[in-house]
Amino acid sequence: MIITHPILGPRDSSEFVYLGDATLLDRPDWQADDALHQFTRYQHSRDNPAGLHRELWFHEQGDRSWLVVTRDTVTHEIMQVEFASDMARKERS
Amino acid sequence: MRYSGFRVIKEALTGHRGWGPAWRDPEPQPRYDYIIIGGGGHGLATAYYLAKHFKQSRIAVLEKGWIGGGNVGRNTTIVRSNYMLDGNEPFYEFSLKLWEGLEQDLNYNAMMSQRGVINLMHSDAQRDAYVRRGNAMILNGADAELLDQKQVVAKYPFLNVKNARFPVMGGLLQARAGTARHDAVAWGFARAADQCGIDIIQNCEVTGFKIENGKVQGVETSRGFIGTKKVGVCVAGSSSRVMAQAGMRLPIESHVLQAFVTEGLKPVLPGVITFGAGHFYCSQSDKGGLVFGGNIDGYNSYASRGNLPVVEDVIEEAIAMFPMLGRARLLRMWGGIVDMSMDGSPIIDKTSVDGLYFNGGWCYGGFKATPASGFCYAHLLATDTPHETATGYRLNRFETGHMIDEKGVGAQPNLH
Repeated sequence: MIITHPILGPRDSSEFVYLGDATLLDRPDWQADDALHQFTRYQHSRDNPAGLHRELWFHEQGDRSWLVVTRDTVTHEIMQVEFASDMARKERS
Repeated sequence: MRYSGFRVIKEALTGHRGWGPAWRDPEPQPRYDYIIIGGGGHGLATAYYLAKHFKQSRIAVLEKGWIGGGNVGRNTTIVRSNYMLDGNEPFYEFSLKLWEGLEQDLNYNAMMSQRGVINLMHSDAQRDAYVRRGNAMILNGADAELLDQKQVVAKYPFLNVKNARFPVMGGLLQARAGTARHDAVAWGFARAADQCGIDIIQNCEVTGFKIENGKVQGVETSRGFIGTKKVGVCVAGSSSRVMAQAGMRLPIESHVLQAFVTEGLKPVLPGVITFGAGHFYCSQSDKGGLVFGGNIDGYNSYASRGNLPVVEDVIEEAIAMFPMLGRARLLRMWGGIVDMSMDGSPIIDKTSVDGLYFNGGWCYGGFKATPASGFCYAHLLATDTPHETATGYRLNRFETGHMIDEKGVGAQPNLH
């Protein structure tokens, strides 16, 4: 697979480390009453879709940025690549 | 019909006209006592043990494709019980004991071959870890033997034991482990299940569950609605997709695992051998092909095919271990979709819906578990209590903190 990095252009996926579902960006509130339950779900449960999947890739052998890659898990086709930091900032604002 | 040597001779003398199909192709009935979703090895074994051992009847196995077309026909056929943790080892040893009597039980030649599995060790630390694992195996009634370098070389003279980076110091041998013919396991269970009166319904995809007041009433399928009070989901690889139809999110990611086979060679590899400094395992099939594989690709996938970085990694490990493999031509490679669970161990449990049961999360090691998975799942379906060797495989263990994590890497499925 070739991941088109927003700055560095097309890079081989073997330069990256895969973490998993991009919902891991949304950490639950640790002060919530049911924080324990929320964190258990956050840590262990996954949608695991067949089709479009937003996922976190770390460019370990590159610029060490975290990317959110939108990829089809049935065809391995990559639709979109964004910086995770941009995504997080967008969500906060 | 009972298969026997006598039968083979009789058929040979009468032009092989009496064999007939090994199992029926029935139309689905409107109602069953038990519906097993998934006609793979585990699903067929579950149905078989439900009927044979737990004396239940009116059982159907629903299969989306055809028998033997899924992961049971895509694995590297290794059967072993060399685990360490208490939640795992009794279960896998129970499975190996079932394997040892399986062919007589099913009246089917599954080509079970106890040719031994050796895990090579390459450092002092690894020897300590293997000693510990070997002791855990022996404590659980399995067999384990620590081999030094000389003993390994006596069995496998072609190994590159003097590798500068990863010298082979010895290995952990389980002599009772080995290989079985994967397709024959599926066919054997299917035939035996069919003879117990179980309906194996192929080309029948489950498209939804009918759940009323928290109780299962039946399943919607591509061949119409089928009513039942008990549904056993057994579709490792597609677990998340099927359970999502019942509104459940699982502690599972689907990943692709690749496997490879070379052209047929003369007998060179007497047993199964694994490289301890990476993840590589190899055996020789009865047709002569070297069957091998390595790590999963490491990203979510339902594509049934992998990518080149893992191919390169696997071949590098192969050549590091036995350089002679460089002269063999690769015949085929393929990928299978596996359920990677959050602790690397499987799940056999009830769910929050009454009458809906779940079996999955087998990671890349479901084949060796086939008979015990079927037996324990049948036990759960018939008695509503877990089998004594499968009490740890709970769906809620991630909430209660009772993970069974052989590798100790945490909730990171691509590292298990």
